[in-house]
Amino acid sequence: MFGLNQKDTKFLLIVVTLTLLTPFLLNPFPTDSAMAQFNAGYPALMQRFAIYGLMAIGFNILFGLTGYLSFGHAAFLGVGSYSAVWMFKLLSMNILPAIILAMIVSGLFALAIGYISLRRSGIYFSILTLAFAEMSYRLAYSVLTPITNGETGLQLNLNDPRVLDGVADTSSLPVPGLFGLKMNSTYTLDIGAWSFDFNVGFYVCAVIAILGFYMSLRIFRSPFGMMLRAVKSNQQRMNYTGLNSRPYTLAAFVISGIYAGLAGALLAAMDPLAGAERMQWTASGEVVLMTILGGAGTLMGPVLGAGFIKYCENIFSKINETILHSWFSFLPDSLESVVVWFFARFVGEGWHLTLGVLFMLIVIFLPGGLVEGGQRIASWWKNRGKDEDSSNQPAE
Amino acid sequence: MDAIILQFFNGLEKGSAYALIALGLTLIFGTLGVVNFAHGALFMIGAFCAVTLRKVFEISKVSLDPTKTDFLGKPLEVKTPYVEAWFGETIGSAMINYSVPLAILLTIPVMLFVGWAMERGLIKHFYKRPHADQILVTFGLAIVLQEIVKYFFGANPIQMMAPSDYSGTVNIGAILGMDIFYPVWRLVYFFFSAVIIGGVFAFLQFTTFGMVVRAGMADRETVGLLGIDIDKRFTLMFGLAAGVAGLAGVMYTPILSPNYHMGMDFLVLSFVVVVVGGMGSLPGAVAAGFLLGILQSFASLNEVKAIIPGIDQIIIYLVAIVILLTRPRGLMGRKGVMED
Repeated sequence: MFGLNQKDTKFLLIVVTLTLLTPFLLNPFPTDSAMAQFNAGYPALMQRFAIYGLMAIGFNILFGLTGYLSFGHAAFLGVGSYSAVWMFKLLSMNILPAIILAMIVSGLFALAIGYISLRRSGIYFSILTLAFAEMSYRLAYSVLTPITNGETGLQLNLNDPRVLDGVADTSSLPVPGLFGLKMNSTYTLDIGAWSFDFNVGFYVCAVIAILGFYMSLRIFRSPFGMMLRAVKSNQQRMNYTGLNSRPYTLAAFVISGIYAGLAGALLAAMDPLAGAERMQWTASGEVVLMTILGGAGTLMGPVLGAGFIKYCENIFSKINETILHSWFSFLPDSLESVVVWFFARFVGEGWHLTLGVLFMLIVIFLPGGLVEGGQRIASWWKNRGKDEDSSNQPAE
Repeated sequence: MDAIILQFFNGLEKGSAYALIALGLTLIFGTLGVVNFAHGALFMIGAFCAVTLRKVFEISKVSLDPTKTDFLGKPLEVKTPYVEAWFGETIGSAMINYSVPLAILLTIPVMLFVGWAMERGLIKHFYKRPHADQILVTFGLAIVLQEIVKYFFGANPIQMMAPSDYSGTVNIGAILGMDIFYPVWRLVYFFFSAVIIGGVFAFLQFTTFGMVVRAGMADRETVGLLGIDIDKRFTLMFGLAAGVAGLAGVMYTPILSPNYHMGMDFLVLSFVVVVVGGMGSLPGAVAAGFLLGILQSFASLNEVKAIIPGIDQIIIYLVAIVILLTRPRGLMGRKGVMED
């Protein structure tokens, strides 16, 4: 089905089901239970899962397949956001034109940067993309203020033209929508003690993310994807066989740039405002972290990594010492204060520390990311029975 | 003309910081072949050594002075730092005044230890892993170090003072018959970095140890075959590189109030400097550091900005892009380093 073999179709269907059921899956705890703070099923966070997942999928097409480590993908995200917000300001609050323009602009941007940067490889490529991204970021802050509105960030105004929408009521700012469906409208379903939020914005992001995932699945399985893998494993040999690898890498770069621009447009569609800090190199670094954390070069890895980081960012940072005290209240007092002090370093303000430590541990022990961890556990589980059967054999 | 000379000196001061950090990065890369993203964090730790030392010096004994009263009529609390109580008032206050230069004495052992611990505890296991893994694990380490410093010192910048004798300005244009006033400490920083850079080069050039290290950089295997434990020396070089970064940080504190993310801000620039200078080339790193520092300062002249708006923000990256595309190995890069 869909031009995929049976295994991939099954995989795609599982992903689609899981994505569409996200509001249920991320809200496993009843609303007023103590565990409710681990619920991640609120609209803003679910939207971010889908958007950053999409961006990481795109980044993975470049980094996972060709091995070119770009440190400048945040620039495309920022460009996408800016073009989307301009579309909201000038044309219409419908998100379709915004998304289309963002994809075109970020694609052109990626074409220009990629054309120059891909003349080099290895760390030089990373530094070149980093330099371009930092240039865009700094220009957005300084000279390009008429377009980007500098430090304030680009926002909607009541007196924007919005040619297609005609004159709307001028009392409040309009909300981005898709043919009348408002992005921020949410239907809340209450079942017993649970409550689940179904948000239009999330489902728009989710559908686009699924399409993006399907695209990347097709690319992974295509001859084009094979070429990209060849670039990673041995570019020199590929060149010697008479193939020019540049068009392939450039295409991969542009595709992943378009993914990032699309993610930027979706960010703007969920919250119509664009700031230059989205283009900073730390933002590019975050995408790299997501991809590696999940497992570069695997299909699901980047999405897992994106979800993992965004979950830590939003959930760990909410936990504070009072909550910790309530968890560890079963311990003796002196021990409790020590334990609480220790864990307090890793939550709330200190969630970056958790991220850093986890990240180091994963790079050290699981170079393949979370996906490799999953595979190891799976194979251990499979081999467990065998070991018991052949327990009298000497260990290898 | 005044402005040009002033910007030239500004460039020297900025360039010395870039050059020192880039020198350390290149030392690590040239010897161990590791791309160290935690180098900015080492710079930051050095800066916080100065903060720590001043805080230690300022620990005070609180005593009540019955002869004076505050506005509520209670006896006035007098705070005497312990150093003043122990060493007498003149020496004690001089120690507090000179806490930044004195911090050098604290920084060297601390940074040598941090560098040694980092190399033995973490980096050692990453020699055979790809460069991407090295970048990522040191990046994670940098985050961890930052957060630890943030926990102890808070998120706000901490203002540090240069010794009062060096905190004013000096007329550097006097020789040319002009009035150009320039902060003394920035000149001190430039001379300090010149001494450090000279010291590192002299150490590598004129000592047996340095000779072995240079030989190891050129051909590690052969040096190993000659029966020299090159790993041990490279570990020490890592400590030395950490020390250089730390010293750069200590002396920079009066110029830029240290905060926990200052390392990251410098790291990106230093990487650009290293690549422009040529990966693995020590003179290249120093030259590129000063070159980019001075170019950046000149680009922030109003006359230049009037012609090309925004150039001061992007000049470093622009130069880096041009150099990387026209000179594939950077200014002074060696053949065969990081080319695959």
